[in-house]
Amino acid sequence: MLNTLLKSRESLLAAAIIVLIAAVATRFPGFAAPSSLAQAFNDTSILIILALAQMTVILTRSIDLSTASNLCFTGMAVAMLNKAHPELPIVVIIVVSLLWGLALGAFNGLMVWKVGIPPIVVTLGTLTIYRGLTFVLSGGAWVNADKMSPAFIEFQRQSLLGIPVLSWIALLVIAAFWLFLRNTKTGRDIYAVGVNPTAAVYTGIDVGRTKFIAFCISGLVSGLAGYLWISRYVIASVEVANGYELNVIAACVIGGISIAGGVGSVAGAMMGALFLGLIGLALPVINVSPFWQLAISGAAILVAIILNARGEKTKGRLILKRATAA
Amino acid sequence: MSSETIQHRHLPDRLDKPLSAALRSWETLLAVVAVAIFIFNSFASPHFLNAWTLSDMTFNFTEKAIIALPMALLIIAGEIDLSVAAILALSSTLMGFAMQFGLGTPALVCVGIIVGLICGAFNGALVTGLGLPSIVVTIGTMSLFRGLAFIILGDQVYKNYPDGFEYFGQGYVAWVISFELVLFLAFAALFGFLLHFTTFGRRLYFIGRNPVSAQFSGVNVKRMKFILFCLTGVMSGVASVLLTSRLGSTRPSIAQGFELEAITMVVLGGVAITGGAGSILGVVLAALIMGLVTFGFGLLNVPGIVMSIFVGMLLIAVIALPILWKRFVWVLKK
Amino acid sequence: MAQASTISKSAPALTLSGISKSFPGVRALHQVNLSLYPGQVTALVGENGAGKSTLVKVLTGIYQPDEGAITLDGKRVTLSSAQTAFELGITAIHQETVLFDDLTVAENIWLGHAPRKRFGLIDWAAMNEKARAVLAQMHAAHIAPETRLRELSIANKHLVAVARALSIDSRVVVMDEPTAALSAKEINELYDLVALLKSQGKAILFISHKFDEIYKIADRYTVFRDGEQVGEGHLKDTAQNELVKLMVGRSVDKVFPKHHAKIGDVVLSVSGLSHPTEFENISFELHKGEILGFYGLVGAGRTEVMKALFGMTKPSAGTIAMDDRPLAITSAEDAINAGIVYVPEERGAQGLGTGLPIFMNVTLPSLKRTSKSNVLRLKNEFDLARRYTERLDLRASSLSQDVSTLSGGNQQKVVIAKWLAMSPKVIILDEPTKGIDIGSKAAVHEFMAQLVAEGMAVIMVSSEIPEVLGMADRVIVMREGLVTAGFENKNLQPETLVRAAAGIE
Repeated sequence: MLNTLLKSRESLLAAAIIVLIAAVATRFPGFAAPSSLAQAFNDTSILIILALAQMTVILTRSIDLSTASNLCFTGMAVAMLNKAHPELPIVVIIVVSLLWGLALGAFNGLMVWKVGIPPIVVTLGTLTIYRGLTFVLSGGAWVNADKMSPAFIEFQRQSLLGIPVLSWIALLVIAAFWLFLRNTKTGRDIYAVGVNPTAAVYTGIDVGRTKFIAFCISGLVSGLAGYLWISRYVIASVEVANGYELNVIAACVIGGISIAGGVGSVAGAMMGALFLGLIGLALPVINVSPFWQLAISGAAILVAIILNARGEKTKGRLILKRATAA
Repeated sequence: MSSETIQHRHLPDRLDKPLSAALRSWETLLAVVAVAIFIFNSFASPHFLNAWTLSDMTFNFTEKAIIALPMALLIIAGEIDLSVAAILALSSTLMGFAMQFGLGTPALVCVGIIVGLICGAFNGALVTGLGLPSIVVTIGTMSLFRGLAFIILGDQVYKNYPDGFEYFGQGYVAWVISFELVLFLAFAALFGFLLHFTTFGRRLYFIGRNPVSAQFSGVNVKRMKFILFCLTGVMSGVASVLLTSRLGSTRPSIAQGFELEAITMVVLGGVAITGGAGSILGVVLAALIMGLVTFGFGLLNVPGIVMSIFVGMLLIAVIALPILWKRFVWVLKK
Repeated sequence: MAQASTISKSAPALTLSGISKSFPGVRALHQVNLSLYPGQVTALVGENGAGKSTLVKVLTGIYQPDEGAITLDGKRVTLSSAQTAFELGITAIHQETVLFDDLTVAENIWLGHAPRKRFGLIDWAAMNEKARAVLAQMHAAHIAPETRLRELSIANKHLVAVARALSIDSRVVVMDEPTAALSAKEINELYDLVALLKSQGKAILFISHKFDEIYKIADRYTVFRDGEQVGEGHLKDTAQNELVKLMVGRSVDKVFPKHHAKIGDVVLSVSGLSHPTEFENISFELHKGEILGFYGLVGAGRTEVMKALFGMTKPSAGTIAMDDRPLAITSAEDAINAGIVYVPEERGAQGLGTGLPIFMNVTLPSLKRTSKSNVLRLKNEFDLARRYTERLDLRASSLSQDVSTLSGGNQQKVVIAKWLAMSPKVIILDEPTKGIDIGSKAAVHEFMAQLVAEGMAVIMVSSEIPEVLGMADRVIVMREGLVTAGFENKNLQPETLVRAAAGIE
């Protein structure tokens, strides 16, 4: 039991996070204080939910490069909706952001499922299309804080039982993904398709449809993240989250999600995102220039891939009985 | 039944006439599209049909296209390099860093290219030596290389490059023909020759189609892939020299997003993202199309970001349409 | 279980009538009839390429037949997908386990029909519990439901596949060569399982190449040849010879070309070749003009030895010498340069650059010769490709045709042509006629005879006894990674080979 625990990527990553926190805390004890950690979680919330969505796609042997563009486009859409109709309740904003994102994700999924274009090509295309459409929609104009309604901005900052709504949303999304991937038929199909597509066909799983669902989920969550991002940084522009898709993928890779599909866990994706987020938060605390962050996350990605690959080595078939016994 | 009695059927080299095959090829379609956009542009703007305007247009794509050339080879061999823009940034930064020690233009160029080579070799070693998937390795090194540039330069800028350095990105060989364009065409010819007329190029297609069977046929798959990563690094270094020279300054955020544009050129040029198919001519035409579109929209005062919608749709459409067309024909036959 | 005995033995559980299935250029099944009875095991026998795999795929809903009817318990059914077939109670245990390595044992058993709790959520606790119960019923309680499948041996993976069949109230269980990669002890355990399935009244289709096994566990037989059903009946009324005759459809002597090549000096000598997990202490000599057969059951380690000779796997000990000079082979390139070439068993995956033209496939290893200082010379390539493909009577429209559009037999000719162009000293053919049509088979055999007549030495790995007996001068038998016997092919009986391969004293 202990042995499997030591081997699991999740525990390795958890250890890395604890070491990171402890190391920073030796010099700045405040860093490990519960309130500070809760703040760190809140700051990483958006990355966490995006990483979970990306993981769902990667599990099916696909990739979604359009996630940050979707976020940007949906964010602009709801910001403009709010500007035009400040009276609309937040629940409408959230529903619109979910549906808007879902539509964008469904387009990716349809191209993969019904037309058969490789996911990387489809989402490379929609990466530029969705961001371009943001420009078309907004005419290049920004939506600033003063144009957003107080409710729009304040919603995620409200405190519920001492925890901000943003963190609650992240916790809710984590729980939803955990339940979905572990306890629903579609969730298990997503794993099965990634582990062995041929066997999935033999088991009666529609591989294309499963990928479509994964892209829909990715779009749905990216849309939600769009609203959360815009109301957090209180500016909507074409430049929002430019290149962020690679941070999201990096969080997945660090979290032990295999790019070859079928392997990855909710805990892994969550901790991969937390790890990246914590590095960003720790650097200023220990007086390291923030310019180090990119290189450190790059190095972390490489270390993670090398460790993952080591764990994935399949044992060769044993023919010699002597070797089997040994 | 002995061998003498077997009636050998004579196998022709090919059934298609080379010309008719060429006419139906992807490259022909791209050429038609390029000409169409060219004509459209010349009607859309009275300034377009001017030698200097056309010359300016080429600067829109030469640096990215120079990276797209080795990228095409890499993708044909079934790998990918997302770190090219980061290599370019690191290479540019280190050239600026080296300049502070008073290095002259030739030495700076060497620095730029050698940094590219080292970065490419690092990618290649991780992919071939440790057997890791190139897409994740280069996502990692993309952050690492650009991160190193940020560590060295932070929010500073390197400027005031030595005399003569500006020639690479701003100089003209003759009349309106820029050095960048000549260099790009020379490299395109070189890579076209390498891919289509040498044993190295032939083996690349086999590696892309089926690396296991290539290995079973005695092809040293790992060594060839390593060489390709080095080549991609070197060409990123070359592009770095050109871009740095043209801009006359270096920031760590230089060439942000170049990798996706270079890959778009390659895929638009007809190279299969799954490996094993594609041509350099296609990539060159795709680069030209992207340059024409960017520039044409620019003449019409359409912002670059709207142009990117067009390129994105083009990318999906060129892959989707042949598939849908095949399906349509198949349905008709049924 | 009491229920099982009440089911009438005369009414078939599943009937196929007039099933046909074609692929471009291949008629895989033609007007096939098959009946499976509850509580009985029907053995399906036939040579490789007789249509057995296609039949399995039709039964499990992977392929849709072009014509014919399928009746389950008297009702006409359409197996439109794998899911439908499974839900109707037709389960299969495949030759190569098609399971999910990174999922747990329990999930492999219950995927697609997992126990649910409220809101339709999968109930993991119940799933593990029920998996434990099914495994216990099979006397396989040593397999923990929570284990990842990756960690199990092949035999245990088979048990999981059987457990999957038991997990639903399946009517029909298809077993496609389930004992091929198992040890003697594991095989006996599998026989017990078959008995268990029988006692539960399930109709079983058992595909096997091993006659002793068929007679041991099956009640009925049906024989396929070249996609057609050529006989069926009760095993207890049928002698083994009769089955073999039905299966082969011709006597061995007629089919295989007699070759009278002069056997010369030793070309290749291998001694003490070993690998940590695959094989041990392999020694043999190969002479000029000789066809050396390697016989054994699937998974005996023959292919692994050949890969070591070809530089694709690294042996841990032993020497390889050619013409009395020791060879250091660390890559396929080394082997090819030394004059050893290998026609792999998996043509598509290992032999061909699919999607590329015939001539490029043929000239790939010969590029050094056809090019000038690494610059391609297309004319040389076409000449070389034409010379060797025509010699093999390749059927294609042109040398630029995509190899993936060729039939299996013609693909094999392309692979062989590729190596002949290198003028090798030793050619290793791994299952050279597996899955190819009769006509191409004859051409490949004819060609092997020519090769040895020209003084080449041939190693032929084959699991088909008629082929081994018909072509080889000597036969080496392997079992579980070891050489267990060697024979001169003079009055060699099939039974001798089977015994040596199966380890029966």
